[in-house]
Amino acid sequence: MDAERTYTELAQRARAALASVNASPGVAKPDPILLAENVRRNFGGVTAVDVQHLEVQRGSITALIGPNGAGKTTLFNLLTGFDTPDNGEWMFDSKNLKKVVAHKTASLGMVRTFQLTKSLTKLSVIENMKLGATHQMGEKWWNGLLPFRYRKQESMIERRADELLKRFKLDHMRDQYAGTLSGGQRKLLEMARALMTNPRLVMLDEPMAGVNPALKQSLNEHIRGLRDDGMTVLFVEHDMDMVHDISDWVVVMAEGRIIAEGTPEQISSNPAVIEAYLGTHQGKSLLEEENA
Amino acid sequence: MDIIKILENTISAFFGIDAAYFALAAIGLNIQFGYTGLLNFGQSAFMACGAYGLGMTSQYFGVGMWWGILIGLALVIILGLLVGIPTLRLRADYLAIVTIATAEIVRLVVRSVRFKEYFGGSDGINSFSSSFRDLSPFDPGAQYGVRPFQYSGYSLWTMIVGWSLVIIFSFLVYLLMKSPWGRVVKAIREDEDAVRSLGKNVYSYKMQSLIIGGVVGMFSGMIFALDRGSVQPDNYSRDVTFYVLTALVLGGVARVSGSVIGPMMFWGLYVFSDNFLRELTKDRPFEMFGIGIIQKSQVGPVNYMLIGLGLMLLMTFRPQGIFGSKEEMALDGR
Repeated sequence: MDAERTYTELAQRARAALASVNASPGVAKPDPILLAENVRRNFGGVTAVDVQHLEVQRGSITALIGPNGAGKTTLFNLLTGFDTPDNGEWMFDSKNLKKVVAHKTASLGMVRTFQLTKSLTKLSVIENMKLGATHQMGEKWWNGLLPFRYRKQESMIERRADELLKRFKLDHMRDQYAGTLSGGQRKLLEMARALMTNPRLVMLDEPMAGVNPALKQSLNEHIRGLRDDGMTVLFVEHDMDMVHDISDWVVVMAEGRIIAEGTPEQISSNPAVIEAYLGTHQGKSLLEEENA
Repeated sequence: MDIIKILENTISAFFGIDAAYFALAAIGLNIQFGYTGLLNFGQSAFMACGAYGLGMTSQYFGVGMWWGILIGLALVIILGLLVGIPTLRLRADYLAIVTIATAEIVRLVVRSVRFKEYFGGSDGINSFSSSFRDLSPFDPGAQYGVRPFQYSGYSLWTMIVGWSLVIIFSFLVYLLMKSPWGRVVKAIREDEDAVRSLGKNVYSYKMQSLIIGGVVGMFSGMIFALDRGSVQPDNYSRDVTFYVLTALVLGGVARVSGSVIGPMMFWGLYVFSDNFLRELTKDRPFEMFGIGIIQKSQVGPVNYMLIGLGLMLLMTFRPQGIFGSKEEMALDGR
C-alpha cells in the first residue's frame, strides 16, 4: 500500500535517507531535526531515562515504543522542557535546548501533546484552537484593553483555526465547550490545537489511547498528513498495528534505554524487542503475537 | 417591629458605599480566582496597600491624594511580587496558604507598636481625606435624595466615586476577558501544562493576573478608607477576605455581573438580617414556646451563623451562584 501513496518531496527524501541507515540503537541519521546525547533522569534511586544517543530524521514519522515504564513519556517531558534531566544535551534544529524552558520550545517550532488529553473544558472548541496561535498581540494585557489593536490578527487566527477544524472534522463542534467532546474528538482537538503553533516537530504522546477503531483510521491519516505537509512527527504508542502502519522509523525503549531502532519491519522481528515486551524465551515475533 | 425601617436600611445597603467597596474587591478577586484560578486568600492585604498608601501619603510625605494612588500601586506590585515569586510556580494550594499568612502579616505589622510612628498602630491613621473632600461638589452638611436613598453630601460623593470605579473596572475586566489575554488566563485555570505546551509563559500570566486583581483590590481599600475618613488595621482582617469571596461566589465566579451583583446582594442580606435580629430583640429577648432563642447581645454572632448557613445552602443548591452557568459547572471533573 505504500507504493500507492504520494509523498511530498521532503517525506520521500526522509524515507530514502532512512532506508540506508543501519538499524542499530543510537544510530546517526543523515539530517536529524532532534538530537539527544547522554540524557539521563533519575527519580530517587530509579533511572527513568538513560538515553546515550538519539536522532530523529527530519520529515519522517518516528514511533517511540516500549513496555510500560520504559521512560517514553519521561523522555518527552525532558526534551520539551517539562522536566529537567540530571545531565545530557539535546538539540532541536541544531539549537541547544538545555537552558530553554517549556513554553519557549513551542515558539521554536516544537510542540507536544499529552497522554491524558488536556482539552480546556470550559473554553469553546474555537477558543481552544485560537489559544494555540503564537505571537498574539492581544495576549499582552495592555493590548487586551484595546480591541482594535488585536482585532485584525485575531480574525486571521480565527480563519486559520476554522480551516484546521474543518480538516480535523470538528467544525460542527466549533462553538461547543471542549468539555462536551468525546475522548477521540479531544485527541483530534489537541492535535489540531498543537498545529496552530506552526510547528516543525510534532510530538504526540499516545495519540491513539482511548480512541475507537473507526476514528483511529482517520487519526492515522491526519498523522500522515502532518508529515506530507513537511512536519516531523515523533509519537509514543502502544498500538503495534498503528506503529507498523504509519511510521517510517521505530525507536524502542526499555528500562530507560534505547534497545533497538529500525524500520517497522526490522523491529517486529528483532529478538531484543520481543524480549523486552514479552520476557525471554518467547519464540514468536510481535506481529504474530498480535495476530494470534 | 419596624418593618419599614428594616426594608429601608436593606435597600439603601444595596447601593451604599459598603456594597461598592465589596464589589471592587470582588472584581479584583474575580480576575485572580474566577478567571485565572489563583486561590488568593489575602485580598485584604491588597486593600490595605491602598488604604495605607493613601493614609501615609498625606500624613508623612505631605503630598496629595494622587501620589497616594501611585504609592498604593507601588505597594501592590511589591506585595504581588513578594507573594507570587515563590508560590506561582507551585501548585495552587501554596498560593492560598501564603496569601492567607501574608494578609495576617501585613495586618499585624501595620498595627504593631514598633511601627506605630509610621502606621499609627491599632489607632490607624486619620485625617488624610481632606484633599478628597475638597474635590466634592456637594455640600457636606446637607442631606441629598429621598428616603431610603438619603445620604449626606460627603457620603454621596464617595458613593459616586466608588460606583464609578466599579463601572470602570467592570468594563475593563470585560474587555480584558474577551481579549486573547483573557483566553490565556482562562486556559491556565483549566490546565497550566496545556497552556505551557502551546508556548505561553504561564508564570508571567499568573503574576500579571495577581497584580492586576490586586490593583483593583487596592482601589477598594482606598474607597473604604476615604469613606470612613480613617485607616484602621482591623478593617483588613481575614473576615474581609472571606466576605469578599462569599460575595463573589454568591454572584457567580468568572462573571463580570456576578462580581458586582453578588456583593450588593451579600451586603443587602447582611444588613437585612442584622437589622431584623436587632429589631427582633430590641425590647426583650426573643422566645419561642417559652425557650429563649436570642437576645440583644447575641445579634452579631448569630448573624455570622446565618451567613455561614446561607453559604452552605448556596453551595448545596446553587453552586454556580446567581449568574454562573450550570452548563459550565457540569463540565468540572469530566
